[in-house]
Amino acid sequence: MPAIDVQHLTRRFGKFVAVDDVSFRVGEGEIFGFLGANGAGKSTTIRMLCGLLRPTSGTALVGGVDVSRDAEGVKRRIGYMSQRFSLYESLTVEENIRFFAGLYGLSEERYAERRRFALEMAGLEGRETMITRQLSGGWRQRLALGCAILHEPPILFLDEPTGGVDPISRRQFWRLIDQLAGEGVTILVTTHYLDEAERCGRVAIMHAGRLIGIGTVAEVKQVFADRPIVEVRVDQPVAAMQALDAMPEVEKTSLFGTAVHAVLKTPRAADVPVADRLRAAGLQVQSLVTVPPSLEDVFLDMIEKAGAR
Amino acid sequence: MRRTLFLIRKELIELRRDPRLFGLVIIAPILQLTVLGYAATTDVWNVPVVVADGDRSPASRDLIAQFDGSPYFSVVDVVTSNAEIDPYLESGLGWMALSIPEGYGDEFHSATGATVQVVADGSDASSTTVALSYAASLVAGYAQRLVAARPGGQRVAQALVQPAIRVWFNPQLDSRDFMIPGVLALLLLIITANLTSMAIVREKELGTFEQLSVTPLRRWELVVGKLLPYALIGMVDVLLVVAVAVLWFQVPFRGSLLQLLLLSGVYLLSTLGLGLFVSTVSRTQQQAMMVVVFFFLLPMIFLSGFIFPIENMPQVIQYATYIVPLRYYLVIVRGIFLKGVGLATLWPSALALLAWGLAISTLAVSRSRKRLD
Ligand SMILES: Nc1ncnc2c1ncn2[C@@H]1O[C@H](COP(=O)(O)OP(=O)(O)OP(=O)(O)O)[C@@H](O)[C@H]1O
Ligand SMILES: [Mg+2]
Repeated sequence: MPAIDVQHLTRRFGKFVAVDDVSFRVGEGEIFGFLGANGAGKSTTIRMLCGLLRPTSGTALVGGVDVSRDAEGVKRRIGYMSQRFSLYESLTVEENIRFFAGLYGLSEERYAERRRFALEMAGLEGRETMITRQLSGGWRQRLALGCAILHEPPILFLDEPTGGVDPISRRQFWRLIDQLAGEGVTILVTTHYLDEAERCGRVAIMHAGRLIGIGTVAEVKQVFADRPIVEVRVDQPVAAMQALDAMPEVEKTSLFGTAVHAVLKTPRAADVPVADRLRAAGLQVQSLVTVPPSLEDVFLDMIEKAGAR
Repeated sequence: MRRTLFLIRKELIELRRDPRLFGLVIIAPILQLTVLGYAATTDVWNVPVVVADGDRSPASRDLIAQFDGSPYFSVVDVVTSNAEIDPYLESGLGWMALSIPEGYGDEFHSATGATVQVVADGSDASSTTVALSYAASLVAGYAQRLVAARPGGQRVAQALVQPAIRVWFNPQLDSRDFMIPGVLALLLLIITANLTSMAIVREKELGTFEQLSVTPLRRWELVVGKLLPYALIGMVDVLLVVAVAVLWFQVPFRGSLLQLLLLSGVYLLSTLGLGLFVSTVSRTQQQAMMVVVFFFLLPMIFLSGFIFPIENMPQVIQYATYIVPLRYYLVIVRGIFLKGVGLATLWPSALALLAWGLAISTLAVSRSRKRLD
């Protein structure tokens, strides 16, 4: 039985369709990444899965429990970290932990143990009496995670847990996610950082309420299977883009830093004498290599296609 | 139950650390009480009186002297006929006219007794009411003193007190005594209804409500945990206001404090229920505050008898006052403070208040959700 099983899930706000016929499954112990631009419907989907929003139609089973039928049953099986910081800022670190442990009904012995765990995980030992408002971003997010898993839920929903957090803290945070998944916790996480998405077992890409791509990172990259990407370094990137766009074999170009990426329509990059043509156009080609598609390429490509439809 | 205790504890910690809320709970009641106690009394002093003395006898001059000597009145002019009064009232130079008919002095000594007429400018209704009752009590007091000085004069005295507006329970006509117990009712409404609605809506605004909603906290636990701290605060405010009213303003407290607390508890059920209800229809703290003030507070102030006596309202409006909980609590508070009556007398109001509280709380609880939609 999958930990999360979503079929034709739809949510409207009035006439607006925020989540449109979304279906997917997440296996136990999997890290499942949810990608999508702002307003794509990621948070709305998660809120439905947490029993916080009623689906307009479709079904979702979380831990085998139907979110429409038994929202409270779902809530007992999950941990949730919402997109906004959701601890009490005027409470101390310890008071926040105590409060949520109390709501989850932890016994005194279990509380002592989980409190130690949460403090250690967040790296906040010795700072129990600090007012939460004064914590820096990375600490806050780790404390929020700690509070969300005090009751050791088998399924965890993390909505942009690393928003506004520095790279080192982000890496620390992902180490915690990996650790939890290693213990068998199923994790559904949304992010805008594509390097984080690479760490997910599978990813789903949402756009305007619809799921436009799903699979392992390698699988979603298959959209470029017959379309090799060549990375060109030249002295004049903008002129090179124009020259590339003019070639019939080139589907599209984009700027990646100082390099230009060109997506070809032919399956084999070697068939197209790109370098010769650029030189003929009077450009100095410093290097030209075929590169594997990045998740960013995939993301932009899928959104472009979905938008064109 | 245990979860509720955790929620209450959290609420109290937050309250203690929020200076704004602390001010609202402790400072605001004292401040408002002081302001309302000193400024908003409807006591009127030095009401300008014009006298039409048709008699010009020693008896009439004595009566005029009574008015002039009172701090409540100042005689601006003495004319000789009723016709001369009108310009004074129209121009506002006089608020009230005292008309002493010709033959007053003779009637005064006769068996039929004398009649004087008091005419007042009705444009400021509440001041007029107060001024008229002052006049009535002044004349009554004057008559009584005369009776005491003269054997067998009982009937004369009664006849003399013609514009008899009897003033009960507040014989010194100190409107502060009347206002301050009312302020207690109003304060409790403002503080508890506002605080509860804002306490819930604040969590929605901040996003912590979302986190609360995914915990196993049950709906009733959430409601009770959110309301109880503010009920507690309400009770503290009752004690605070009673203390300030009695010790500082020297308002008489004739009834039982225990019964006041008990019935205040019943009143709090309706104000807290109201706060909870408002939280279910508001998205922001600002909205919640607006809803409380415009849809509940202002109508209640006008329709409860806090400012305008219910008896003076048109019949239709009088019926409307029956749905205002403040009305019942005002009866209770004033009853306990000024009349010293207890449950034996106040039970109909208490029952009405209880019914109102149960109704609004049930409505509010049924509307509250552990969801975002
Ligand atoms: N309660 C609501 N009422 C009306 N519209 C809503 C509501 N909640 C969300 N929406 C709309 O639904 C759409 C999807 O919102 P959602 O928060 O799910 O997006 P998201 O993918 O999480 O975006 P972000 O990356 O910015 O967090 C948005 O256009 C949003 O305005
Ligand atoms: Mg979101």
